[in-house]
Amino acid sequence: MPVLKNIKAIAKGMSITFMEMFQPTQVENYPDGPGPLRGARFEERYRGMHVLQRDENGLEKCVACFLCAAACPSNCIYIEAAENTETNRVSGAERYAKVYNIDYNRCIFCGYCVEACPTDAITHGHGFELASFNASNLIYRKEQMLAAAPAHMGANAVFNSADVAGGAPALPVQGS
Amino acid sequence: MPGFITNYLDKNVHVTPGQYGSPFWALVYILLVFGGVSLAVVCMNWLERKILAHMQVRLGPMRVGPHGLLQPIADAIKLILKEDIVPEGADSFVFLLAPLIILVAGFSVYCVIPFGPTHAITDMNIGILFMLGVSSLGVLGIVMAGWASNSHYPLIGALRSSAQMVSYEVAMGLAVISAVLMTSLNPAGTGTLSMIGIVQAQYAQHTWFIFKFFPLGFIAFFIFAVAMVAETNRAPFDLPEAESELTAGFHTEYSGLRWSLFMLGEYAAMISVSSIAITLWLGGWMRPFPNLLQGPTWDLAFSLFPALTFFGLAAMTFYSTMRMPKHPYFRIQTIGLGAFGGVFVLIALILLIPRVRDGVQDVYWFVAKIAVFLYLYIWYRGTFPRYRFDQLMRVGWKVLLPLGIGVLMATGIMGLRTEIWDFVHRLVHI
Repeated sequence: MPVLKNIKAIAKGMSITFMEMFQPTQVENYPDGPGPLRGARFEERYRGMHVLQRDENGLEKCVACFLCAAACPSNCIYIEAAENTETNRVSGAERYAKVYNIDYNRCIFCGYCVEACPTDAITHGHGFELASFNASNLIYRKEQMLAAAPAHMGANAVFNSADVAGGAPALPVQGS
Repeated sequence: MPGFITNYLDKNVHVTPGQYGSPFWALVYILLVFGGVSLAVVCMNWLERKILAHMQVRLGPMRVGPHGLLQPIADAIKLILKEDIVPEGADSFVFLLAPLIILVAGFSVYCVIPFGPTHAITDMNIGILFMLGVSSLGVLGIVMAGWASNSHYPLIGALRSSAQMVSYEVAMGLAVISAVLMTSLNPAGTGTLSMIGIVQAQYAQHTWFIFKFFPLGFIAFFIFAVAMVAETNRAPFDLPEAESELTAGFHTEYSGLRWSLFMLGEYAAMISVSSIAITLWLGGWMRPFPNLLQGPTWDLAFSLFPALTFFGLAAMTFYSTMRMPKHPYFRIQTIGLGAFGGVFVLIALILLIPRVRDGVQDVYWFVAKIAVFLYLYIWYRGTFPRYRFDQLMRVGWKVLLPLGIGVLMATGIMGLRTEIWDFVHRLVHI
């Protein structure tokens, strides 16, 4: 009997929607959710706001080679390079990025800069709340994108406080 | 107090204010029904969005108030504040008149809906005919809206809508007639078109008409239940408003308050056709088993249901209050939700007072049945994909209409058989 079959099919469909009503939802209750991310969840490879990484000594990985700026299709990366000196050592190589700006008005989060980077200095973080009422706030400086110094860095500062007093950087941290 | 107020309150008055001829109480009832239906539309709006969202594993509105409870109010404020646009080239008089016609057609129907044996604005001896007639006037508003908009989508939407409503009205009418036929099987032997009379006929025959001549009553009810979804242009028969094809159908060009009048009219029509179905097949205001489970004990047990419902709502509210996030940002919302639960408890306590308890019985059971129908509307919308237009017409003309005629004839034959049987029975006993 096709009629009975149809009735069965309809009943099955309706029971599925009814059961689904009591299941946990797939979407996140983002701004009101629990935790520091307020309910947002990320995939590991989510391409959010960039993070400029540091090496294990706390020095910046970026060596100001301009490859990211060259790879950028929307031309939103601005770099000014400077030489490392004995007294001011910022990166592990010869040069470092004195200025490293990303214009998030133009960035399309394509990830080409991350692919281009020879030192794995620039990476995509999970920051996504970038909206702003003022477009000039969307040009992020290096200090806003740098990763925090490794936790152990500067831990010895209490022991060599003489060095610190002598001018050695206890914490090679600029910005956060 | 002046006589025109107190006369109707006399203990011996057991008719509706309209029949009694009391303009004051008729006005009170009209205001109550209008306010109640508007409130129901607001609640329905929120419930529909929430239930539909959860059926689709979404959350639905969450931002305005706890669990989006204040969302309908925010929507209403937004709609009132929005600009009321009349498109260029539109026939402005017809354009402005159309939503009013739909609204008036949607709400006039409530004149004869019996929420209880005396809780109707009036009772007409042609009640069901009046309801079908007036609710069909809504098509006029839709056609006017579609034509006056001077735009393609509204015109196509209005054409589809009118074709759909006109064709489903036929099947609907046949189903209604078969129910009206059943009323004539009273011991008194006369049928009735009055809404109150139909419910009383079900009481007299000791059965809801959905179970009468099983499965005939059920099939007639099924035809009506399908036709009524099509009549109100709801999913899966929402072709006139098919978003993917026609943006919003006949009300594409409307904005702000006038658009909300369309929505109000649509939801009012949903409630009114549900009450027709309830009155005709599901025993109207009667509680379950009014004949079988008689006596003071059962009366008391069933009269506790309204209070229990509100206690249940209060329990749900308090449970959600406990589950609210503890962040100080949510403090006012949590307090508000708790207060809401407190109001529910208060209402439940008021409903426990014996006089109130007995007074709201009829209305409670009627509203509870309407609530089931409104849930079904949402459930259909969450489950079924939209029909294609030719499928829609095929269901209307090739399935429901022959089925309706068949049920009507079968009901007539069964009714005749019962009457002849009674007649023979009586002859033998004489």
